Amino acid sequence: MTPPDSLPTTPPLLAARLVIERDLLLAFRRPEQLLHPLAFFMLVTTLFVLSESSERTVLRGIAPGVLWVGALLAALLALDFLFRDDAQDGTLEQYALSGQSLTWLLLGKTSSHWLLTGVPLSVMAPLMAYTLGVPASASVGIMLTVALGSLALSFIGSIGAALTLGARRGGVLLAILILPLAAPILIFGSRATELAIRGEAYVAPMELLGAIVVLSFTLAPLAAAAAVRISLE
Amino acid sequence: MGSGSGSILRAENLHLWRSERQVLKGVDLTVRAGELLQLTGVNGAGKTTLLRALCGLNHVEEGRVFWNEQDVREDREGFHAALIYLGHEPPLKPDLSGVENLRFWTGIRRPVSPAAIRAALITLGAGEFATRPVRTLSAGQRRRVALAGLLLAAVPLWLLDEPTTNLDSAGQELVASLLDAHLSSGGLAIAAVHHGLHVEPARLRELHLTA
Repeated sequence: MTPPDSLPTTPPLLAARLVIERDLLLAFRRPEQLLHPLAFFMLVTTLFVLSESSERTVLRGIAPGVLWVGALLAALLALDFLFRDDAQDGTLEQYALSGQSLTWLLLGKTSSHWLLTGVPLSVMAPLMAYTLGVPASASVGIMLTVALGSLALSFIGSIGAALTLGARRGGVLLAILILPLAAPILIFGSRATELAIRGEAYVAPMELLGAIVVLSFTLAPLAAAAAVRISLE
Repeated sequence: MGSGSGSILRAENLHLWRSERQVLKGVDLTVRAGELLQLTGVNGAGKTTLLRALCGLNHVEEGRVFWNEQDVREDREGFHAALIYLGHEPPLKPDLSGVENLRFWTGIRRPVSPAAIRAALITLGAGEFATRPVRTLSAGQRRRVALAGLLLAAVPLWLLDEPTTNLDSAGQELVASLLDAHLSSGGLAIAAVHHGLHVEPARLRELHLTA
């Protein structure tokens, strides 16, 4: 007989990687859930193009705000699905009872969520900017700012998604909880995008955005893990 | 097989309320290595709640659970690493195959080789449909895939909620033989059941819950 503690356990980083791998594989099997936020983002920005004056200077002036509000709402739409499927089929329970640190597993879960929504959104943002009359030279800056902003939003949003798991129709509640917390991301993100569009240095707001990412990356999984444990009851 | 040389699970005076209703009214239990405790009782008697309270998914208002005489709240992750809980619904992703499901589910707990996964699935009679998406499997086939997870986890304590649901008579025999093997290698098990499990009578104990 071997005592149980002699069995090797999976190291936390590898366990988090397995979580990411599983989510990517699932998304690959079910691509439609990925496309919804992207379609939403595209529609929101197109509505502005249609409703605003066709003057390029006007559109270009509002471009940072439109891009960021659109990306933020699209990312929020996807956040609602972050834990929902896993909660329904018992996967989340198994995570909580795996003997692994739930914080690490949720770090993996949230990272894969960003890879599946934040990254596609940031790739699409320059294209949407182009329809708003933004020169192609600003593409890299826009992509970087949206990527960084959506990373912070995924982590902050994971707390809200975990808290609203138990609530019926948690979607609206999630928006009410998370949007105020997302305000700093919106402020620094749209400022950085505005500077990028004007062709000026956008390092300063990017650094502040980076600081938010570091803060949310380190603290949000802890809070989300606590919230998930409550919601499992 | 999982083993827990002399492991013991003990619960003392568990009380749990669901709004106005008291579901667990001072439950005491002790399970030693090599024993299966069957939880019986009518629907709503609190069998599932008790299982979930033991592993910490439900929080009890009063009472304590001890694993090897240590309060489980002192080392929650260590306790969880020693147990596996299988609820009503098998925790499987419909879009992944049985092999993939087990790779991720049990791989998070401990490293498992593809060969070990195959072997466990074959033991459960799930070898033929192991690579089909779980979505296309019948409820009994899903149950067999989920039960393979018990073998792969290789932990001393099994907490099973209606482990034979949806299984044909051959499947029920199989569960009984898995339990017998687990218990004789020093494992422990607690199962909520409607129909008694056919394990060796000497290993069997029963706790009847009243609504």
